[in-house]
Amino acid sequence: MDMPRNEVRTPRFDQYSTSKYLEHASEQARQRNYNDFLIVDVDAHHYENESYKDVFSYIDSPVIRRAAMESTKRGGRSSMLNSQVGYQDLGGRITRHDLRRLEQTPPDTHRDIAMTKAWMDAMGVDYACLFPTPMLFLGLHPQVEIEVAMAQAYNRWLCERILGQEPRIISMLYLPFNDPEAAYRTVQEFGDRKGVVGFMVTSPRYKPVHDNVYIKTYALLEEIGKPISFHAAYNWNDQALSMANRFIAVHALGFMWFNMIHMTNWVVNGLPERFPKLKVMWVESGLTWAYSLMQRLDHSYMMRTSDCPSLKRRPSEYMREMYYSTQPMEVPQDLSILEATFKMINAETQLVWSSDYPHWDFDLPSVIYDLPFLKEEAKRNILGANAARLFGLDTKPVKKRV
Amino acid sequence: MAEWFVAKAAEMSDGDRRIVSAGRHEIGVFCKDGAFYAYSNYCLHAGGPACEGLMINRVVDLIGPDRTYLGQAFGDEMHFVCPWHGWEYDIETGECAGDRKLKLRKYDVVRRGEDIFVVA
Repeated sequence: MDMPRNEVRTPRFDQYSTSKYLEHASEQARQRNYNDFLIVDVDAHHYENESYKDVFSYIDSPVIRRAAMESTKRGGRSSMLNSQVGYQDLGGRITRHDLRRLEQTPPDTHRDIAMTKAWMDAMGVDYACLFPTPMLFLGLHPQVEIEVAMAQAYNRWLCERILGQEPRIISMLYLPFNDPEAAYRTVQEFGDRKGVVGFMVTSPRYKPVHDNVYIKTYALLEEIGKPISFHAAYNWNDQALSMANRFIAVHALGFMWFNMIHMTNWVVNGLPERFPKLKVMWVESGLTWAYSLMQRLDHSYMMRTSDCPSLKRRPSEYMREMYYSTQPMEVPQDLSILEATFKMINAETQLVWSSDYPHWDFDLPSVIYDLPFLKEEAKRNILGANAARLFGLDTKPVKKRV
Repeated sequence: MAEWFVAKAAEMSDGDRRIVSAGRHEIGVFCKDGAFYAYSNYCLHAGGPACEGLMINRVVDLIGPDRTYLGQAFGDEMHFVCPWHGWEYDIETGECAGDRKLKLRKYDVVRRGEDIFVVA
């Protein structure tokens, strides 16, 4: 219970702690009794660039490893890796992006683990599926061998230094999708590692998901029962998006764009029929794109079944069996529109909550818990039980009591 | 309703602020151009600490007489920004810059001698 207080304080910009920054999130967790049930965050992030030197030491090739290590000497960047224009901190208005450097963490715990658990505890989260940040753009790197080298190094580093140390942090590992053989080997090598609950393709890239070169990887994932996810991001250099002049436009469109293409190719090429047991998940595109695309594809499908003869049902019926992460969840002023979206995607079984913390547009569990049209069981499914089923997690809460 | 001590008037200069936990209310009190403004510290969006972020002038597009775009500048209107997601509020009204129909709860500020109090 929050006790009445009487105190005066001055906001400080020379100090920072995640637990204080998220005190209002903790209040929400207490008021809503999150201690009583499981909350799984299927999409959260760390800044792997802060550990580049350590990550690079895991690169197999001595030539690439040396080049990568040398590239870290000019602090804060690596000339080996690609990036994107994107002022996500809103010109300093999202203060945590800068101030997090001031956070004090215990010397005997990896800083990424300590900082991740700090926000998980503040929000009432039991498990968090951790993804990288700059590497979301690695599928656009002009050198395929660098994507492969970084993916291998990062996955090994993550398994050893993070997942192996902290059972509440899980991940879907990076698939170096531009090299199909390397992607296959990644699933082989890491499929049974501790904390690995699936594999992730960063969506901004220009390889069609229905290419035959990927079939054996999908078959292997289906066989081991682990999901494949497509994590959205943007490419401001994409020919169409390069016409946009503000980050808001690139973000609003870009985070849907690649997933719309990959989803469309996935469905019209009949992959759901070829891999009926493969679990497929779409991450960080929000929900409106799926609501729209289902209707769009169904409309065309009935006239053009000869374009997609592998399908035995309407495209939306396959899409309704896939999984969707919530964030950034569009909340229209008229909630009946959101309710219709939830109905369209079978939210009670297919929707999985995500925070995207610490990124600029993160969501709290209350974005789901406070929806008036959901019953308590549906809230708990979306906030944790659906993800537990998808990832094979125990449904008993393991969070630090809020 | 009660009056809750904020600060000595002399302790707050232009651009200063305090966060007051007043019973079950959490209130941001701003000092701007000699006036005091007090608003709920809970952002209308997701409940973030709305009064604890940057204070920054509103950004405006510069549009020429021929309606061409000429660039951007900082305008006169002072905003405070929720540090969680960037929702901006007008410091003089508590209105949300993105939708003026939305307003943070406003609290009265009273001065008794050299002491500033907020009423909640």
